Amino acid sequence: MILIIKLNNRDFPWEEGLTIEKIMEIKNFTFTKIIVKVNGNHIEREDYAATIVNDGDNVEIIHLLAGG
Amino acid sequence: MTIEEAPLEAYDAHILGEQLTEMYADNEEDKRNVAVVTAGTAAEHSRFGILNFTFYDPRRKTTRLKQAGRGGIGTVFRNKKLKALIVKFSNVKGNLNNTFEQSIINKTGIKYHKEIHDQDHLQNNMRKIGTANIIEVMDAYDLLPVMNFQYGSHPDTEKIKSTVFIEKYLTQGVQDGCWYGCSMACAKAADNFLIKTGPYKGHRVTVDGPEYENAAGLGANCAIFDPEGILELNFYCDTYGIDTISFGTATAFAMECYERGIINKEITGGLELNFGNFYSSVELLHQMSKGEGFGTVVGQGVHRMKKLFAKKYEADEEFLFDIGMEQKGLEYSEYGSKESLAQQGGYGLTNKGPQHDEAWLIFMDMVNNQIPTFEDKAEALHYYPMFRTWFGLYGFCKLPWNDIVPADNKYSDEPAKVPEHVQNYLDVVYGVTGKRLTSDEMIIESERVYNFQKIFNIRMGKGLRKDDRIPYRSMAPVTKEEYESRQERYDKQLKEKIGYAPEGMTAEEKMAVLREYREDQYEKLIDAVYKRRGWNSNGVPTLEHLKYLDMELPELIEVIKDLQ
Repeated sequence: MILIIKLNNRDFPWEEGLTIEKIMEIKNFTFTKIIVKVNGNHIEREDYAATIVNDGDNVEIIHLLAGG
Repeated sequence: MTIEEAPLEAYDAHILGEQLTEMYADNEEDKRNVAVVTAGTAAEHSRFGILNFTFYDPRRKTTRLKQAGRGGIGTVFRNKKLKALIVKFSNVKGNLNNTFEQSIINKTGIKYHKEIHDQDHLQNNMRKIGTANIIEVMDAYDLLPVMNFQYGSHPDTEKIKSTVFIEKYLTQGVQDGCWYGCSMACAKAADNFLIKTGPYKGHRVTVDGPEYENAAGLGANCAIFDPEGILELNFYCDTYGIDTISFGTATAFAMECYERGIINKEITGGLELNFGNFYSSVELLHQMSKGEGFGTVVGQGVHRMKKLFAKKYEADEEFLFDIGMEQKGLEYSEYGSKESLAQQGGYGLTNKGPQHDEAWLIFMDMVNNQIPTFEDKAEALHYYPMFRTWFGLYGFCKLPWNDIVPADNKYSDEPAKVPEHVQNYLDVVYGVTGKRLTSDEMIIESERVYNFQKIFNIRMGKGLRKDDRIPYRSMAPVTKEEYESRQERYDKQLKEKIGYAPEGMTAEEKMAVLREYREDQYEKLIDAVYKRRGWNSNGVPTLEHLKYLDMELPELIEVIKDLQ
C-alpha cells in the first residue's frame, strides 16, 4: 500500500523520514517567500530540515506571489 | 506652459533626454528639477511604441530613463509629431499638495522603510536586482517563456539568472530609486555598458534594468541566453521607444514562423530569424528605427503579422492563431499560463489585453491549489483586477504592496492580499485627502472605472465574449513536441481528470482530447467570472450591476441597453 500525505490538498507519497526540506527538494520549491504549515501549525525556515512529516499529515507550502 | 519647436535635437531617448535636461536646467543642481517625456525613432514606425520618462541621477551624473505605456502610447506621441514633454518644477516636498494629515504619511513611510530594510535581503533582493530576481524562479517552476512560449524552462537559463546580472553588470551599493527618496530603490542599472551594434556601436551607456520581463521576453522567449545580448536589446528598445514585452513576444512569434518555414529568408530580407540569433533580433530594432525592412513588419505586432502571413504567404490561419501570443491586439507578457486555468483568465479576461497588471494567479492556482473551484478562481479574478486598477486611480506604485511583505504577514487571514499593506495605502490616502476608505470601498471605486472601461471597449468593438478568446498555446500544448516535452504530466491529467486512457494512443489523439477538455474549462471559467463581475454571458455589464455601482450614466446605458 502506498502511504500518502496531503500537500496543498493534493496527494503526495509519504516515505520514512520525510521532512519539509525533503518535500521542497523533491518538488523543486526554490521560491523563498513561502509559508509552511503542518496540520495548521506554522513551521519556521530554520526548522524545515528537522521537521518530520508523518503519514497522513496535512502539509501546506504556500507561495506568496499573487495578483501581479 | 509653452509649445516650442525643436528641429535640431536628437530623437532617441537616451540622447534627447540628456540634451533637453541640459537645455532646461539652469545649472548642475537644477537638473534634478527637470523631467523629460520622450518616445524614440522606432516608436514612429511600429505600433508598440512606449514613452520614456527621465530622471536625473546625481550620483551617476547622468539622465536615466524609465519606461511606460504598453499598447502603443509612444506611437501615438510620435504620430502627433511630439518630440518631448518637459516638466520643470523645484522644491518638491512632502506636503506640496496641502496634505490633510502629514504625520500619517510620515508614519507609514517610516514603517515601509524599516520593513524594506529588514526584509528585502531575506525575501527577494529588490534592492540588488529589482524584478529580475525571479528569472530563475520562473524557470524552476516551468513558467519562463522559452521559444515563443512553447516551453517553460531551459538549461541555459543558468547563463541569464539574476546573480549573473548582479555580479557582472548591475552597479551595486547605489540608491537606485526611480524617484528621489524611494526605500525600495529597485531601478537598477548597468553602467558603462559597451554597445556592439547599430548607430551607438562603441558607445558606453547606462542601461536601465533589465526588469524580469525584459530578460524573459528579449532573452528566454527568443532563446537568446546571453546577458549582454539582453542588455543591448533592452538599451535599444528603450532609446528607440519600443515596448520590450511586445517586441520580445512579437520577435519570438516571427522566429517560430521562420523556423517552421512559414516565412523565409527572402521574406525577411535576408535576416536569419532562428531562435537564439541576437544579431537578427537587434537588426529588427535598427530597421524599426529607420522605418525599413522586415523590422517594420514585426513592428506591426503579432495580430497584424498573423493576418499578413495568412493572406500573403498562405500560412495556416488556425495554426497562427494557436501560436500567436496576442489578444485584443496586445502581445502577452512573459509568463507561461498553460498549467494555470486562473491565469489563462488573468490574461484573457482583461480590458487591456494580456498583461499581468490585473492578476497574476499562477502560484495561488497551480502550486498552492488555493482556488480549486471555478467560483474560487472567479473570486480571485474579481478581487485582484479591481484591486490592481485602484493603483492606477490614485497613482500609486504597485511594488510596495507585495514584493516585500511584513515579517508577520504569514499569520494574517489572507496572506496573499498582504492586508497590512492594503491598510497602508488606505492610510496614505487618508493622510493626503482626508477621505477614509475601507478595503471594500476601494474595490467599489475600481469597479466603477473597470466597468466604464469595459463599456468603452464594447463601444469600440472589442468588449464581448468573442474578444476574450485566447490563443491555444496560452492554455495547452499546440504541437507534438510541446506535448511530448511534458508527456508524463499530460498523460496523467488525461487519465485522472478526463478518464481517458492514454496508453497506446498517438500524441495527436491525446492532444485532441486534451484540447476539447481545456477549451471547455476556459469557457466554464468565463461563465463564472462574468457572473462574479456582474456581466451577462456575453460579457456585457448588466443594467442592475450599473445601478449597484451607481453608474447609471445615459452614455453607458446607450451602449449596452441592446446587449442585455
